[in-house]
Amino acid sequence: MKNPEGAHAIAVGLDQAIDVLVEGHVGYFAAGMNEQATVTITGNAGQGVAENMMSGRVHVKGSASQSAGATAHGGLLIIDGDATARCGISMKGADIVVGGSVGHMSAFMAQAGRLVICGDAGDGLGDSIYEARLYVKGQVSSLGADCIEKEMRPEHLTELAELLALAGRPEQPGEFRRYGSARQLYNFHIDNVDAY
Amino acid sequence: MTTTTSPVTDPAAKGLRENSTFDKLTIAAIRKAAATGLYDIRGGGAKRKVPHFDDLLFLGASMSRYPLEGYRERCDTDVWLGTRYAKKPLHLKTPVTIAGMSFGSLSAQAKEALGRGASEVGTSTTSGDGGMTEEERTHSKTLVYQYLPSRYGMNPRHLRMGDAIEVVLGQGAKPGGGGMLLGQKITERVAAMRTLPVGIDQRSACRHPDWTGPDDLRIKILELREITEWEKPVYVKIGASRPYYDVMLAIKAGADAVVLDGMQGGTAATQDVFIEHVGIPTLAAIPQAVEALQEAGMHREVQLIVSGGIRSGADVAKALALGADAVSIGTAALIALGDNDPALEGEYNKIGSSAGYYDDWQAGQDPAGITTQDPELSKRLDPVAGGHRLANLLRVMTMEAQIIARACGKAHLLHLEPEDLVALTIEAAAMTKRPLAGTDWIPGQAGSQAGSL
Ligand SMILES: Cc1cc2nc3c(=O)[nH]c(=O)nc-3n(C[C@H](O)[C@H](O)[C@H](O)COP(=O)(O)O)c2cc1C
Repeated sequence: MKNPEGAHAIAVGLDQAIDVLVEGHVGYFAAGMNEQATVTITGNAGQGVAENMMSGRVHVKGSASQSAGATAHGGLLIIDGDATARCGISMKGADIVVGGSVGHMSAFMAQAGRLVICGDAGDGLGDSIYEARLYVKGQVSSLGADCIEKEMRPEHLTELAELLALAGRPEQPGEFRRYGSARQLYNFHIDNVDAY
Repeated sequence: MTTTTSPVTDPAAKGLRENSTFDKLTIAAIRKAAATGLYDIRGGGAKRKVPHFDDLLFLGASMSRYPLEGYRERCDTDVWLGTRYAKKPLHLKTPVTIAGMSFGSLSAQAKEALGRGASEVGTSTTSGDGGMTEEERTHSKTLVYQYLPSRYGMNPRHLRMGDAIEVVLGQGAKPGGGGMLLGQKITERVAAMRTLPVGIDQRSACRHPDWTGPDDLRIKILELREITEWEKPVYVKIGASRPYYDVMLAIKAGADAVVLDGMQGGTAATQDVFIEHVGIPTLAAIPQAVEALQEAGMHREVQLIVSGGIRSGADVAKALALGADAVSIGTAALIALGDNDPALEGEYNKIGSSAGYYDDWQAGQDPAGITTQDPELSKRLDPVAGGHRLANLLRVMTMEAQIIARACGKAHLLHLEPEDLVALTIEAAAMTKRPLAGTDWIPGQAGSQAGSL
């Protein structure tokens, strides 16, 4: 597909194991709800790229706007450039690898899956996070409620190495830190009121 | 003979006066907050008395209009929803539909019963925050699939399996609020459907994760239509707060239908303070929504589905006369299944409630097996019998609406019109712009002479 010129809802709802090459920039929700297909976007992607992806692979060679990979259940989203706010918001099992940095409130309420950030993360990373795992190489401006740094155990180094390899990244797993849920807000308690 | 000490059951007789600001319920709430540090979470809708359909009356036919013969002359009840853009709009036999109630808040048996009851009379059910279950899809001939901020269990396969898509922005019980499902109800099945750990308190988001505002919504609707081949009606559900603007924006965003839920609308679990103090009554919201539809030239083209406190055929007829195309019921449907059944009084007492008052739908201990995930309790609801009771209620509501429509001389429920109504209270007159009964007075309209003739 050539010259999408920022059109919205490009290559959405694909449900076959096909390869789609989009040459240029795309608008909102490109490759939304993807199943099985491999979609490559050579330019930048607008809001909600690969939102609610179920499986397959979406590769943005440029940068991505807000809410990249929002609620995605499966598959792999690769963004070579930066992603802005709310990257991986509410993600439910997908893997996301961002070559650059992500904006504020990324991985907000992230439920499952893995988000790898090779650059920096903006404010409020992983706010109200559930069981997703976050890996960041650069600086984290601040962590959101209930998100803490966690020990990088061997199994984490292994899965991170796999993800970096799948995304064709040169970074080494040892350069990253891991973040996840402190699980303190899982059940309401009045003593945690400041966090709500 | 009377004794000198009168029983304490009537403090007023002793000259004790209840404070209307600090009444007994208020005192109990303050005491509870102080003792526990917790606010009250419950199910159901606003309990306070607000202007409602009871504040309207129909003007039956008279000299200037003639009625239709009850039972003999036709009064049709079917309704089309989604005629604006959808290739496959829904055609329902009655305008009374079943509102979205999540699996998770309701048992699988309850979802099945809703599907069975609705299908028996040719109307639709709606999924809810928690995804589509086999029980509901199998037993519901026409199923509206909700697309919510949480996107729990949302997947393109289910999106395509639905007969319509309802993009949920809000609920009348809590406009501006997200969902909650407390840990007791997050069983393994519920947790798996929502991709969450078992037993945690689940908070669902109040905003959609990948769009904000009407311009984005327009693109979101485009995406949903592309994925479903432009076949399915796309509804937008709003909680009643600023219905004129919200409906106008929903029309501009490309909705096929708008679902408008007033503050009496039920919820599975929300803070009491939210339910009682945020949002406006259904009665106040409908005329504003209709005004927006009319101004946009879209009345009847973009259908209006109203919910929030609909209990009877009279409520249905009044909603339609004010300009709605259909209604949805939640609480009334649960009551038909067996919620708050007086036969369970003893069991309600055991959990600190009473038949007719039970609203701890968040707690998962429902003796009627409806708002629970407990396998033993859920088994108490027979989906076949429950479905049949719901079908009965839906039939009665439809027939009652027909009785009123015929009396007003209407051959179709959708022919009911505002001119058929008058208001019983000044509030209702001001909200609906119908004259106060017996007068030609509409508050706010100078020298109003609107025809109550
Ligand atoms: C138990 C229960 C669960 C509900 N779950 C949802 C839901 O998942 N999504 C939604 O949009 N509304 C939900 N609602 C609200 C209903 O869709 C509907 O707006 C409301 O029940 C209508 O008002 P009524 O109960 O007075 O008929 C729920 C309501 C109840 C009672």
